[in-house]
Amino acid sequence: MREEIIRAVELTKVFNGLRAVDRVTFSVREREIFGFLGPNGAGKTTTINMLTTVLKPTSGRAEVCGYDVVREPEKVRRSIGVVPQEYTADEDLTGYENVMLCADLYGLPKEEGRRRALELLSLVQLEPFKDKRVETYSGGMRRRLELACGLINRPKVLFLDEPTLGLDVQTRASIWEHIRSLRGRFGMTIFLTTHYLEEADQLCDRIAIIDHGRIVEEGSPSELKDSLGGDLLTLECEGDGVEEILRAVEGVKEVRREGGEYRVKVGRGETVAPLLLRLLTDRGVTVKRLSLTKPTLDEVYLERTGRSLRDQEESPEQGIRQRVTLRRARS
Amino acid sequence: MQGFLALTRRELKKWYKEPLLLLITVLQPLIWMVFLGKAMNIGAVFGGGVPPELANQLMLRSFGTTDYFSFMATGMIAMSCLFTTMFTGFSIIWDRRLGFLNKVLSTPVSRASIVLSKILYATLRSSFQVLIILGAALALGLKTGPGFHPLYLLGVLLVAFLLCVAFSSLFLMLALRSTRWETPMAMVNLMVMPLMFASNVFFPAELMPGWLKAVASANPLSYANDAVRQFTIYRLDAGALLRDLTYLGLLTLAISSLSVYLAKRYLSR
Repeated sequence: MREEIIRAVELTKVFNGLRAVDRVTFSVREREIFGFLGPNGAGKTTTINMLTTVLKPTSGRAEVCGYDVVREPEKVRRSIGVVPQEYTADEDLTGYENVMLCADLYGLPKEEGRRRALELLSLVQLEPFKDKRVETYSGGMRRRLELACGLINRPKVLFLDEPTLGLDVQTRASIWEHIRSLRGRFGMTIFLTTHYLEEADQLCDRIAIIDHGRIVEEGSPSELKDSLGGDLLTLECEGDGVEEILRAVEGVKEVRREGGEYRVKVGRGETVAPLLLRLLTDRGVTVKRLSLTKPTLDEVYLERTGRSLRDQEESPEQGIRQRVTLRRARS
Repeated sequence: MQGFLALTRRELKKWYKEPLLLLITVLQPLIWMVFLGKAMNIGAVFGGGVPPELANQLMLRSFGTTDYFSFMATGMIAMSCLFTTMFTGFSIIWDRRLGFLNKVLSTPVSRASIVLSKILYATLRSSFQVLIILGAALALGLKTGPGFHPLYLLGVLLVAFLLCVAFSSLFLMLALRSTRWETPMAMVNLMVMPLMFASNVFFPAELMPGWLKAVASANPLSYANDAVRQFTIYRLDAGALLRDLTYLGLLTLAISSLSVYLAKRYLSR
């Protein structure tokens, strides 16, 4: 078992009576990519802000790299990197100047800072643009620049808040690639928040679904999907006693007849399907059509957070930041 | 220290890399000097029948100099400090809104550096304007006092420095926890005019009604103006100068320490 590098116990933040984060308890293990998945205003950013010492928890406690976020914020800050949801790089400065600014904020010696800045800029493929003002960067370039800034102190834990907010599909995929390769290269633990299910599914080893400030589900993407009861086989067949035959097969959890179709819930669809097919054929049933549906994280998510539309209960401040980010991402 | 310098450099770069902004910083004090400085020609009130001897004496008794432009121009130094530092707080609101502040707060840079860099930036920018005002005032015919020495201008810069640190700390404090401009903006508006008029910027406090004189005598602007005038247009009175500098020094120390204390406490919400 790898060591726990982030541990939050009953972490709570109340803003003017609103419980933005409500007794959240979880832990993240070393070298894991852990995702907080939830709708806007669920408390994801507030949690990150507490873990990164920007906000003080109302109650509960949290440790990052073994340091308490309230009692030893200095030590926490030295061991983490943060890539906020917003584009925080200064538009009037060049990419290189921005990374150097971060290097200075961490007090790196000049030479070391310069070396790392250049190395990181080339790692995120911004080397050719390093002397251009950030104003001229595209959304994807800005995000990569933020990544470079967040890595300047070689953090043990990297926090990514909505790392692909507002980016197009290609850019998003390339940011994912960068995140994965970063973990491989630096052996970091990554804590990210997202409201994109696909992102959580693709990227995370473990996910916590958070809604209204509380964790409603936790596990690996496949565990979460399994929690829905596994895969779904849909069959269209001709013959007698189909339902009885299906029920007798090992691995079948539930059989329902809807119209002319049988909907069968099974553990592992790809292993059960051939078995079913052979059995039915042996008993003289003709299978005309068979399809396999894997549960998606979307379904887990919707089941746990409800299907109703959200009027985002976020602060005006956060609303503005998000709009600014979206606008810049598209520029 | 490194983080502090880097943050200050960031602010400075935004200023000097923008030619238009730089040009405005240069133009603004010049415009004030030319228009406002020359507009109120109080000396002309005594024109016509009043003998020039008497007029000069009256001016000297009220303003400490025979030339109102010189009185006004020197008052403008402190006024420009006030006007250039009054928006210091807004940059921290802006940083908060853009998320930059949160990023900086998550780094080990000291909270004091975050506010001090903004204070230093406002002060440097303002001091630059003071230099231009001084130059313009001299070019437009500032009548220096008896015993004036060019090195006294360094004294003027010192006064401007102290005053700017005090004002920018004050205005920064107002915005430390704000997420919107409206309230700090209203507060700044509320404070600026009384600060300016209840002082000796335009008119000697000695000639004001008693209660207003009391207000003016607590106003740092009055001390700054007096100190500047001691250095430039008055016959230097060491006692008065010492009083001015002590008051300004202590006040500046108090306000800036308070702003650092509040920053440590309240920048993280």
